[in-house]
Amino acid sequence: MSVGAAKIPVRVAEVVEVNPLIKRFRFQRRDGGPMPVFSGGAHIVVDMDDHGTRRMNPYSLMSDPADTSGYEISVRRDEAGRGGSLFLHRHVTVGMEMVISSPINLFPLDARARRHLMIAGGIGITPFLSQIAALQAHGGQFELHYSARSRDFAAYADDLTARHGDKVRLYLDDQGQLINLNSLLQGQPLGTHLYVCGPKGMIGWVRQTAETLGWPLAAVHSEEFLAPPVGLPFQVQLAASGKTITVGPAQSLLEAIEAAGVTAPYLCRGGACGECETDVLGCDGQIAHNDHWLTDEQKAGDRQIMPCVSRFGGKTLILDR
Amino acid sequence: MGLEFNDETFRGDYTFRNSARAIARFPFPFHEDSYMYSVNMEPHLPGRPGSVFEHMFDVDEHYVAEMRDRALVLAEDPLRCQSLPHMTLAGWDLLELIMEAKARDYPQWFSLTKDGHQWHWINRPLQIEQTFTFLDDTTLPCGPMEYITRQTQGDFTLQDQRDDNLWIEAGMVTTQADWSLDFDIGMSFHEWHAPVPLAHEMRVFDRALKFLLNLQLGAPVRRFNWTMTVDPLLDTSPENYPKWGPSKTTMTAETIGHRQHLRVELQTLHRLPRSNAIVFPIRCYLIRFEELVTVPKWARRLHRVVRDIPDELATYKGFLRNKPLMLDYLSKYDDGAPTSPGFWAD
Repeated sequence: MSVGAAKIPVRVAEVVEVNPLIKRFRFQRRDGGPMPVFSGGAHIVVDMDDHGTRRMNPYSLMSDPADTSGYEISVRRDEAGRGGSLFLHRHVTVGMEMVISSPINLFPLDARARRHLMIAGGIGITPFLSQIAALQAHGGQFELHYSARSRDFAAYADDLTARHGDKVRLYLDDQGQLINLNSLLQGQPLGTHLYVCGPKGMIGWVRQTAETLGWPLAAVHSEEFLAPPVGLPFQVQLAASGKTITVGPAQSLLEAIEAAGVTAPYLCRGGACGECETDVLGCDGQIAHNDHWLTDEQKAGDRQIMPCVSRFGGKTLILDR
Repeated sequence: MGLEFNDETFRGDYTFRNSARAIARFPFPFHEDSYMYSVNMEPHLPGRPGSVFEHMFDVDEHYVAEMRDRALVLAEDPLRCQSLPHMTLAGWDLLELIMEAKARDYPQWFSLTKDGHQWHWINRPLQIEQTFTFLDDTTLPCGPMEYITRQTQGDFTLQDQRDDNLWIEAGMVTTQADWSLDFDIGMSFHEWHAPVPLAHEMRVFDRALKFLLNLQLGAPVRRFNWTMTVDPLLDTSPENYPKWGPSKTTMTAETIGHRQHLRVELQTLHRLPRSNAIVFPIRCYLIRFEELVTVPKWARRLHRVVRDIPDELATYKGFLRNKPLMLDYLSKYDDGAPTSPGFWAD
């Protein structure tokens, strides 16, 4: 029943080193046609052929959603990661042909909000760039609080400040500047929606503070893409296709299923959207549920697994795939 | 210029009729000899030439008359068209989707030319010409959703997506099978489906919601729904129940072939680009029993479906009372021969 939108064949039009950690990539359609308009906060999945290993990583779109001439993403180099960001940083150059997914939005603006209060940490700035462009076009009040390691690492801060003046507040760790979250969240008018994107610790801190201060849960929005964690290799039996596969240390279970030639549904590949949910037919061991999708109850029951980010340790795991 | 548009009515003297061509392309909804709920969705891809699937938005011989009927319903009851304040952007998304599709698929009737955000729209069958600024509400005579759905067959609802749910927060609903936009507006997915029997226990709606939350841009889907309607009335609304409800009690063995209609909804779902909302067009097709039985496969199959349907469903669809009359009529066209798979006529 899963219905996928057509993938978009693109060419890399521009690669820009934004700072020592971040590169920006611009994609244009190979046939010269327009990209679909998208909504602020959307992401794409970039399909990579890393010397024979297929990698598919999600990245937030940061360009103006109304700009149909191309899409832009910013990628932070992760030396300890599984290799997707390193591939983009080291091997992707202008003119290369790649394939991306259609835009998917798991971090949309709430259209009812009277005011949008945004909190960004580091590379978490990217979805806010497209959201701010959308708010500029369609009208909407916003305020951005952006925290970064130092001025050198505060990507796009100068541009944001130049364009939006005092709607943007910058906090630099090396200057000892901290967001005064309590007073910020206490001083908001009714109808404000809060958005946070950044490291796990920051998201937890913002959500917890908002909850303590009595913010309605439905007014607090966050997005955290999980990179599939690395771990020990493990074996999995795929009952429907009659295969037994081994998941490598730096490979996700979903990638191993795909590498075995078995079709499996997916959208975000980051544990958030629920599309890849798979029934567990047998489990003798411990599933490491790393997703944001299953409820705590479901995780305890071990009847479902999200193969995009979750791993397994033990004797046997049998999936309905 | 292709087909002509019927001069016909869906009220009063009920002059609505289907031409032979319209009967042949009728979207018969049963792919087998029985019916039960399912999340029966498939990609809404351009389909068989001449069929209702050929284009994203089907325009048929009833177009002009249906739009005239919509205007009459709205004049009597403006609350059939509502859009909560945050849904205007979704309305523009919908206007763009429909105008681009119609200008592409029916260039003999519709034209859209763009100079940046200055758009020029021509609708020849309805004799409308409009220059406006895309995304500027002040340049149209009414809101964008109302503007374009006064020119498009079928009902439309717009669903906002938030909190892992869908919320019905705008719509144009004048050809509905007994449900009310004014009552449902603002409800969540499970709330507005609450009256449907059996399906909740089957977890149909849990699965459907999960599917729809991940509906992708550029990948619309479709499904059928159906019910029964006495007389070719498009506006079978709860608001007007006193006007049409009693018609069920006056049908006889002599009039059933002429008065009883199978009412089919071709429902499609599309993700909208700027608003991330979902539009749900519900396109109604009517066919009277005496037209339907001219297709032997459909006559046999409809008899078997009506005969075997659970009473809860016949009650919900509003025809339990007339089921015996229907079976008497349809059984004359069912010789017990097997039917071929799929819904297409042989």
